[in-house]
Amino acid sequence: MKTIGNGNPWLIRGFILLVFLGGWHLLTLRSSFEAKGKTDEQLQMMEFNGDIVRTGEGGYAWNPEKMKGVPGPLAVMEKARTELGEAFVIKGTNDHGIAYLVLYTVSRFAAGFLAASVVAILIGILLGLNRVLFRAVNPFIQILKPISPLAWMPLLLYTVKDPKWTAILVVFMAAVWPTLATTAFGVSSLKKEYLHVAAILQLSWFKRLCRVILPGAAPTIVNGLRISFGSALVAVVPAEMLLGELGVGYLSWIEWNNLDIAGVIFAILVVGVVGVILDSGFNKLAGLVTYQE
Amino acid sequence: MSFLVVDHVSKFFPGHAGSGEVCIFKDVTLKVEKGEFVTVIGHSGCGKSTLLNIIAGLETLSEGGVILNGREVSGPGLDRMVVFQNFALMPWMTVFENIALAVRSAYPDWGHKEVVAHVHKYIALVGLKGAEDKRPIALSGGMKQRVGLARAFSIEPKVLLLDEPFAQIDALTRGVIQEELVQMWNATRNTVFMVTHDVDEAILLSDRIMLMTNGPSSHVAEIVDVTIPRPRSRDTVIEHPHYYKIRNHVIHFLVRHAAHGVASERGTQGELSEAAPLVVRF
Repeated sequence: MKTIGNGNPWLIRGFILLVFLGGWHLLTLRSSFEAKGKTDEQLQMMEFNGDIVRTGEGGYAWNPEKMKGVPGPLAVMEKARTELGEAFVIKGTNDHGIAYLVLYTVSRFAAGFLAASVVAILIGILLGLNRVLFRAVNPFIQILKPISPLAWMPLLLYTVKDPKWTAILVVFMAAVWPTLATTAFGVSSLKKEYLHVAAILQLSWFKRLCRVILPGAAPTIVNGLRISFGSALVAVVPAEMLLGELGVGYLSWIEWNNLDIAGVIFAILVVGVVGVILDSGFNKLAGLVTYQE
Repeated sequence: MSFLVVDHVSKFFPGHAGSGEVCIFKDVTLKVEKGEFVTVIGHSGCGKSTLLNIIAGLETLSEGGVILNGREVSGPGLDRMVVFQNFALMPWMTVFENIALAVRSAYPDWGHKEVVAHVHKYIALVGLKGAEDKRPIALSGGMKQRVGLARAFSIEPKVLLLDEPFAQIDALTRGVIQEELVQMWNATRNTVFMVTHDVDEAILLSDRIMLMTNGPSSHVAEIVDVTIPRPRSRDTVIEHPHYYKIRNHVIHFLVRHAAHGVASERGTQGELSEAAPLVVRF
């Protein structure tokens, strides 16, 4: 029997990309300006509005500075080229190069995510080891868990009074619940025998934590971290948009304010690329701590 | 006084509907001498594993007490190491690390070199040389339990507690490891308390076999002396005239208890359940 699934996926991948870009290009293509059927008055008005410009030959053409509709792939590529060319340039307080914006977003994300992970794992272990405590606290977690992290933002902004910290705290709120819930679950469903061995060997609580509980629950904890990771990544972009904090999310918003749609699309792509890079880095780390039974 | 004394121990669990308590076993008394190998056989649910866990200090008892070497057992400790039915090896640690964790705990004053030498000695003893850096996932059931045995023997406990140690190992490998255990025991003469379902295993390894009635409210009904001289091995032990006498006696006991259950058993030999266990000697 012939199996489907062998062969090189790059061919299909390239084909899909080509079809997508081609379709995008064709759909956003604009026919050149046709002056026929328009009165001089209308043409003057359009020129005055900046919709069209005079060409060297005395005719008219669409004003390339005032784009209408969705920009095509070439325009986005052009935008990307200029943005990447100025990646390390700081033009003003709010006009930093894309490399800086990525750095701001990643560090904001990392701070919120790491803080949330540490807090969630510690509390999760505590809850996982103590069934009564877990049952007592669980309803609160269940209420807090489904709240969108952005819903906290006004309250956080009001209490900490600083958008920088608010953005980090929004990421924190997005990342803390999944890890907390899964860590508690992972620790409480740890095989009893492992704890029995630890008890017989009279391991200190610290050794018990580091040699038995944490590594034993690691695969489950990593699953929780993975969910938190995605949730934090989703939260960081709108947090930047709403708070006006420099970052890739901010970039997307500021380009929208500039009516630079190519810039918006470029920002979206940057968010995607940053996400992929962070995710693969996370998977590498996760592979180090998981084990097979 | 015996080395290990289980003194009138009873265990109750809370009932299902929260009403009253279920008695697992009642008034179990047994005395194990130093260097003796004692086995408990009984049907599933008679509480024999619970009894082992109580001796290990992993479970609490409801009444009575466990005394080891003149001191009451109040919790788990390095003097009573368990070999678990499902091996209980840490899957994130290699064979070496699993044993080293135990050795370092038992001998906290030892330096790195001493620990390494000690671990290697016991890995060699169970024939796992070359598998030191493998993780449990890469080992067969038999090899896993060899690691479990090496870990248990390596900390040189006062009492070894074997909880159906070969139940999850295929029949052919089981025989080989039983034989290895006989040799290890001959070399160390540890005090061993084993729980099993396997009559042949019990006869091969034990000095005495305790027969437990079915639960709930089970008790030790008979103690069978295994009057087959040591050293034993699997092929010589069956030649001994007492082998099938003992085997048949134990199996008859188990079949009788499987067929009847508690109520009718009380009717036929009710007076025995209150008295001291019957000592059977061929």
